[in-house]
Amino acid sequence: MCLAVPGRVVRVSVVDGTPMAEVDFGGVRKDVCLQYVPDAAPGEYLIVHVGFAIQRLDEESARRTLDEFTRLGLLEEEFGEVP
Amino acid sequence: MKYLDEFSDPDLARSLLRQIHAATTRPWALMEVCGGQTHSIIRHGIDQLLPEGVEMIHGPGCPVCVTPLSVIDKALAIAARPGVIFCSFGDMLRVPGSGRDLFEVRGAGADVRVVYSPLDALGIARDNPDREVVFFGIGFETTAPANALTVHQARRLGIRNFSLLVSHVLVPPAISAIMESPRCRVQGFLAAGHVCSVMGTSEYPSLSQKYGVPIVVTGFEPLDVLEGIRQAIVQLEQGRHETRNAYPRAVPETGNPVARQMLADVFEVTDRAWRGIGTIPGSGWRLTERYRDFDAEHRFDVTGVHAAESALCRSGEVLQGLIKPHECAAFGRVCTPRQPLGATMVSSEGACAAYYTYRRVAG
Repeated sequence: MCLAVPGRVVRVSVVDGTPMAEVDFGGVRKDVCLQYVPDAAPGEYLIVHVGFAIQRLDEESARRTLDEFTRLGLLEEEFGEVP
Repeated sequence: MKYLDEFSDPDLARSLLRQIHAATTRPWALMEVCGGQTHSIIRHGIDQLLPEGVEMIHGPGCPVCVTPLSVIDKALAIAARPGVIFCSFGDMLRVPGSGRDLFEVRGAGADVRVVYSPLDALGIARDNPDREVVFFGIGFETTAPANALTVHQARRLGIRNFSLLVSHVLVPPAISAIMESPRCRVQGFLAAGHVCSVMGTSEYPSLSQKYGVPIVVTGFEPLDVLEGIRQAIVQLEQGRHETRNAYPRAVPETGNPVARQMLADVFEVTDRAWRGIGTIPGSGWRLTERYRDFDAEHRFDVTGVHAAESALCRSGEVLQGLIKPHECAAFGRVCTPRQPLGATMVSSEGACAAYYTYRRVAG
């Protein structure tokens, strides 16, 4: 749970009055709360921690980080099936 | 240099290492605060690529590791109650309490569920109105905004059967505690990048000044860590001790003002015990009076829970950088990631687990 992972916003919505997004993390898609980066738009990259976006990130940095995480198996660790 | 080809940009890694070697004229001891940085350092062998005498000390920046035993025991007591659904991040389940862990409590029939986000736990509460749903709210300033919003949301939506077992810890007071220890050897810090993504960097310059240490806000990818080390050593060699931001792509000076406002509404500063280290004044957050109804410790009487630390485990000394993991007699013998004695072995971000996994054992 330590990790904050960059992901790309696929679509945004409002659920129970809270801004939410579907975010793609190198192929894995998760629902992410946008309360703290409320004006994030589809196509933008965000740093996401425990289901919450905490900052924006430029596309190049985000892609580099995602490639590195994928190579090291960290995405699986973060999003894979937990026991 | 066998590890260098594993870097995402080996040429840049070589260049940073050359600069670090060229700048270094004497031994320095730096502490990386964040567990993600520790993992990166060990996984990529960064500690072995540094100049002779430059030592990386692993700091207390793993939320799973520093959650105090007393809070784990409270979690176990609450989870074991009939009618409770206890929700947690997965890596907390194996953290040993005084007697057992959450896995064992689940094995004995308790409803313990792993969630990815605290909002998932709130959803479980909404779906189970006749049960009490408790979320284990651990973590540093990076995790706290998620828990703050979840409690705020519970109140706004009128979900009454939800509460938070809060054990949030704060980085700057931990830096002060480490520097004020009479056995402190730390001469510079790599501050935790994503903590600063939320909180900004304004708390650090006064610490740099007070303790005469460079603090470099650093990401946790291997190249980020090398750049953090480079900036810290250059400062030390020049006799400077300033706070610098080496992770500007993710850390604006002001952090995330929206998140900080929510944190200020939901939490207030309190003294907090750190596993193995003891109580550090002003080093944690608890729910404010306004949100007291959502405090699991308020809702469930857990005052009779008493924690007993393992006599063998030295994770507290590891967390403070006083010993390396393999200097503990239990390391790799009675304490392994499968049978952890202390939390630094439980979490994959823990220093002991990182040393064990990558066979970083002296001799």
